[in-house]
Amino acid sequence: MSWLTEYVRPKIRTLLGRREVPDNLWTQCPSCQQMLFAAELERHRRVCHHCGHHLRVPAPQRLEWTLDAGSYTRVELPKVAADPLRFRDTKRYTDRLREAREKTGLEDALVVAHGTIGGHKAVVAVMAFEFIGGSMGAAVGEGIVAAAKLAVLQQAPLIVFTASGGARMQEGAISLMQMPRTVAAVQMVREAGLPFITVLTDPTTGGVTASFTMLGDVQIAEPGAEIGFAGARVIEQTVREKLPEGFQRSEYLLAHGILDMVTKRADLPATLARVIGLLTVAHQEAA
Amino acid sequence: MRHFLDFEKPIAELEAKIEELRQMSEPQGPEGGINIADEVGRLSAKVERELRGTYARLTPWQKTQVARHPDRPKATDYVAGLITEFTPLAGDRAFADDAAIVGGIGRFRGRAVAVLGTEKGSDTESRVAHNFGMSRPEGYRKARRLMELAGRFNLPVLSFVDTSGAFPGIDAEARGQAEAIARSIDACLAAPVPLVATIVGEGGSGGAIALAAGDAVLMLEHSIYSVISPEGCAAILWKDQAQAAAAAEALKLTAEDLRRLRLIDRIIAEPLGGAHRDPQAAVAAVGDAIALALAPLAELDGTALRARRRDKFLAIGHDTLI
Ligand SMILES: [Zn+2]
Ligand SMILES: [Zn+2]
Repeated sequence: MSWLTEYVRPKIRTLLGRREVPDNLWTQCPSCQQMLFAAELERHRRVCHHCGHHLRVPAPQRLEWTLDAGSYTRVELPKVAADPLRFRDTKRYTDRLREAREKTGLEDALVVAHGTIGGHKAVVAVMAFEFIGGSMGAAVGEGIVAAAKLAVLQQAPLIVFTASGGARMQEGAISLMQMPRTVAAVQMVREAGLPFITVLTDPTTGGVTASFTMLGDVQIAEPGAEIGFAGARVIEQTVREKLPEGFQRSEYLLAHGILDMVTKRADLPATLARVIGLLTVAHQEAA
Repeated sequence: MRHFLDFEKPIAELEAKIEELRQMSEPQGPEGGINIADEVGRLSAKVERELRGTYARLTPWQKTQVARHPDRPKATDYVAGLITEFTPLAGDRAFADDAAIVGGIGRFRGRAVAVLGTEKGSDTESRVAHNFGMSRPEGYRKARRLMELAGRFNLPVLSFVDTSGAFPGIDAEARGQAEAIARSIDACLAAPVPLVATIVGEGGSGGAIALAAGDAVLMLEHSIYSVISPEGCAAILWKDQAQAAAAAEALKLTAEDLRRLRLIDRIIAEPLGGAHRDPQAAVAAVGDAIALALAPLAELDGTALRARRRDKFLAIGHDTLI
């Protein structure tokens, strides 16, 4: 299919000029720079078929690609106080929130659904990087807690897809408090004897990594995802050293014992179904 | 030699004058001495007025500087002043002992306790030895180990937090900094014993909450507690590190702000002019506040404590913010 991306695209460009090419028809692979045709990219679940790079996935789309078709229901998440600090930098936080809501159609950086994966019931929470960098404020924290409570209620495993630049700075220490709050959520799932599985996607950094993400019974990452606590630039400035090749990427973390596996996007639903099946059999038998 | 902050300049000048007068009073006759004593008294009263005025209306950015003051008592000063029979315990049992987090067992006012503290160091040598209070994963793993030990032997845990944050380094990331912090928070919330955390200087982000998800969280009056440093926030949101003062303001990182947001339980008043002016008084005030916080917790059993602690954190943002 590469004739389409390699030959047609430049031709369209010369015919129409750059501005007139609809933005949403073509996407450039951030890794190999090839132009990818939208419909084809979607068919490959936003994985570049030239180089295998896993492009970011909007959160609602992730639900669609994870849960069994027609099996799931989105859950409405609890409302939280908007802009408790009345935060303003170069822009008002309330304006940032409004713009993010208009752009994404989401309330905040988390969506939650319950349904089945390969026939196994599951509660799935997905962080939305497209919403203010997937940053974790009260809404995300409250959503993780709500997802954990729902999992306990339904006696279903909790699966969280992470994607986050870190804390929602505009919520100050309230965003910091989401670290213990989400850890408490994991403890509820753990005490109910239910599996907690995290799927780390690009990027997963900061306070999100250093709280619920790293407490998974099983921790899976997509290939090539940036995963860490401190930002690469901060580290470079602190240690004044060149960062090693592949530093803070999924494969690096796997090699350092921090992940269970690195799994291609196409294989995620089957892998999740298998893991859930293996971890919940004893639970079902005991019940 | 006392270290003065920029906004303390008028105070520094007055105190220099007092010092000058004191030097003069020695060789002079009795009459001169009396006049000098009067003048010293007058200037001292002025210093006190000046301190009272300045410290009553510190801006968040000024508080940030007070919280980071080089002479401010550090975690080990609180341990030395409040804990008898202190027995340091070292190591994460896997890789190393991280001196950025000190820990051990000892007695607090007669009661056996476990102690944790992020230690910045107080001179060049100790700052380097403690890595400026920035822990690697081994520090958080040691903290977790000691919290678990405390749980097994029914020792309340006292933590003293003073850190700009977890160490951002290649080695720290390679050995699972995020995982170590997550497990430490997990251990805080799971501890079947009382956990009283005191922010004594800087409560910097994940590196602070790793030791501070407690039943009671106390803050010294001029300490700060924040998700990111004002400089870091300014660099990201304002794209200009020089906007740190504006960021400090916006982040609501003072003890008063955190109390108002109900994210901490109690503010501990500092001696006039900040803890660095009278470290002994600051240590004593912290001791009294810990004793007060610990008393009602000591009556609860492990199950009740854990449930109460979890509910407390889960309730953040519910009844209080909307
Ligand atoms: Zn193709
Ligand atoms: Zn590519």
